Amino acid sequence: MSFADSPSEYAAASARILRDEPTMRTAVTGAARSKDDRRRAAWSQIDIEAWRDWARDLKSHVLTHLDRYLEEAERRLIENGVRVHWAETAEQACAVVASVAVVHRVRRVVKAKSMLTEEIGLNAHLETHGIEVRETDLGEYIIQLLGEPPSHIVGPSLHRSLDDCRRLFHERFGTPLDAAPEILAATARRVLRDDFLQADLGVSGANFLAADTGTVALIENEGNIRISTSLPRIHVALVGIEKLVPELEDLAGMIQLTARSATGQPIGNYVSLIQGPRRPGEPDGPDEVHVVFVDNGRSALLADEHAWETLRCVRCGACLNICPVYRQTGGHAYGWAYSGPIGAILAPAILGLEESMPLPFASSLCGACAEVCPVRIPIPELLVYWRERAVAADLTPPMERLAMKAYANLAERPAAFGAASDLVRFLPIVKGGRALPVLGSWTGARGAPEPSTERFLRKWEQTYGAAHESSVRGKEEGQ
Amino acid sequence: MSAPSAFHAGAAPRVALFATCLADRFFADACADAVRVLRHLGVEVEVPVGQTCCGQPAHSTGNREEAVRMARHTLATFADADHVVLPSGSCAGMLRRFYGELLGTPAAAALGARTWELAQFLVHILGAAAGPLGTGLAGRRVAYHHGCHALRELGVHDEPLALLRACGADVVPWDGDTECCGFGGLFSTRFPEVSVGMADRKLDVLPDVDAVTSSDGGCLLQLAGRALRRGREQRTGGARGAPRPGPPFVHLATLLREGLEGAGGPRP
Repeated sequence: MSFADSPSEYAAASARILRDEPTMRTAVTGAARSKDDRRRAAWSQIDIEAWRDWARDLKSHVLTHLDRYLEEAERRLIENGVRVHWAETAEQACAVVASVAVVHRVRRVVKAKSMLTEEIGLNAHLETHGIEVRETDLGEYIIQLLGEPPSHIVGPSLHRSLDDCRRLFHERFGTPLDAAPEILAATARRVLRDDFLQADLGVSGANFLAADTGTVALIENEGNIRISTSLPRIHVALVGIEKLVPELEDLAGMIQLTARSATGQPIGNYVSLIQGPRRPGEPDGPDEVHVVFVDNGRSALLADEHAWETLRCVRCGACLNICPVYRQTGGHAYGWAYSGPIGAILAPAILGLEESMPLPFASSLCGACAEVCPVRIPIPELLVYWRERAVAADLTPPMERLAMKAYANLAERPAAFGAASDLVRFLPIVKGGRALPVLGSWTGARGAPEPSTERFLRKWEQTYGAAHESSVRGKEEGQ
Repeated sequence: MSAPSAFHAGAAPRVALFATCLADRFFADACADAVRVLRHLGVEVEVPVGQTCCGQPAHSTGNREEAVRMARHTLATFADADHVVLPSGSCAGMLRRFYGELLGTPAAAALGARTWELAQFLVHILGAAAGPLGTGLAGRRVAYHHGCHALRELGVHDEPLALLRACGADVVPWDGDTECCGFGGLFSTRFPEVSVGMADRKLDVLPDVDAVTSSDGGCLLQLAGRALRRGREQRTGGARGAPRPGPPFVHLATLLREGLEGAGGPRP
């Protein structure tokens, strides 16, 4: 298995994936690039910068008045006949779902794709109560069969190639090894049909929740969310407290922007707007609808004057798709539910900073993520922010701290800095040596960089002398 | 592109060159070439001797205290300069984007505002894309790597391409020329496998060119270092025939100097 069990294994896990599973890099890079291409095309059709401003401001407004909107949402939900629960931690959220399931003697659960349920580890928890859980999103179904966690917020199985899926379905369901994708999808649909019919409870997340009407909004392409939330007699929606928008009308913009950013579609194939259980006279819908508002670190994040903007995230995955670091390994290397740039700035808030190391450092700070975030989260700045917090909390290598202090000491003394710089060309790195771990990490797979035979500043000084007090000015010779 | 102001107005702007610690050590010729190009365009160049490091390595690794100290030193060193020009988009981005916030003083923000990456300065302040350079790069096929910080912190994209073309170079399209090379300072040694994978992606799609260039020495070290190792592995990997040596990785300042007068011209 190629995934890490925790973020702390990122360095080893990423190296292992690149070394042992080169096809994963190919699959991830290909899928991510194609998603990014589709996003770019979909963005080009609208006045995207205005949309992004609007979405940023809307989410910032909600977050700034979250207490008010949560109370309003709760009132409306209750008026709609929805049972509302509050869960401060992942354990509490799991316990709420389990208790609903136990009270109703639920044996089988069907699940709509939900990253929040991955975050809180719901499936494993329900299974300890002897409840069978079936993922019904095709990608989630594939990785459930494989026993793997999702490797992408939107495309959980994007690290698996078509051939991987053919082999899996051949072993499980006897489909031919060269089956067309349509055959595989039809097979999954047939198998899942029974699960839908036998399930007592459907679990979903929520893309948004409109406070003014208590409307849970869900975007999807396969129709499995529609069935999971309407066919079983109970529907439980787990909703992160940051998912609110003020009004039903706001969904129109947010749903389109999310779909365009996630998959390049103007809107998902299915958009479900759920406003409570089946009413008298209605033919379809569950008898009971529960909404579980989940905090799990979010209110603490909201209180962080720097990092609170992270909560604007709509989980579109655009930052993963464009991230050159994510493209090397996919999500498993990150060791928890959310990967890529957004995962690296969510982890400290949800898991704790120490538990998240070294994810805030697993970025070259190239800045591509910030350019594609539909709600303009300043991801690179927040990565640096968490790095600063990590340094302040002594979570970075002591040698690196010392080296940085020594470098700053030198940098304040130009003569000493110059003398030290002169020595660079004598470092063993030139010979491919491994005198220092840092140099060994460089030369493991790269040729040694060749220092100039003489530094520029030294040469300049020699040419023009140190005649001037504060600066050496070039004369017109050599022109 | 903005109107060529100072150059055509006849006022010779005074420029302080910030060589940057990386280019000083690894691209000494490129620093000298930057001076040569600036002088060719009538600029008076000075090189403050007190300059050391802009503080970016500390800033990007979260060592804020050290970053502030280096920023303060740099601010004092360049306090009197009309313009600060760097042969590095990454370090220029550090001054321009982060000094104001790090030091919290108007002077720091003001220094950032008169700080330029070389190509940015040549185009926007000197109007150099309009023709005053030579055509020494005629017939040269060049691939340009956009350093992330030049591109995304400074918004520099067309400037270096325009300069190369003005010198006669054929800038060959390179798929992924705006993707990160994987250097990222300490990132490259902290996660070497991922870093190298990122370089490989770019080298895999590198077109057939005479030179690869960029405004950032760090990126060039990364790409050249990886290309060198790949070439060596190819040779020992039993591939038949000697593989063609890859193109050189040359700093933009050096190519522009060659553009002035053809390769091998004098340096300051």
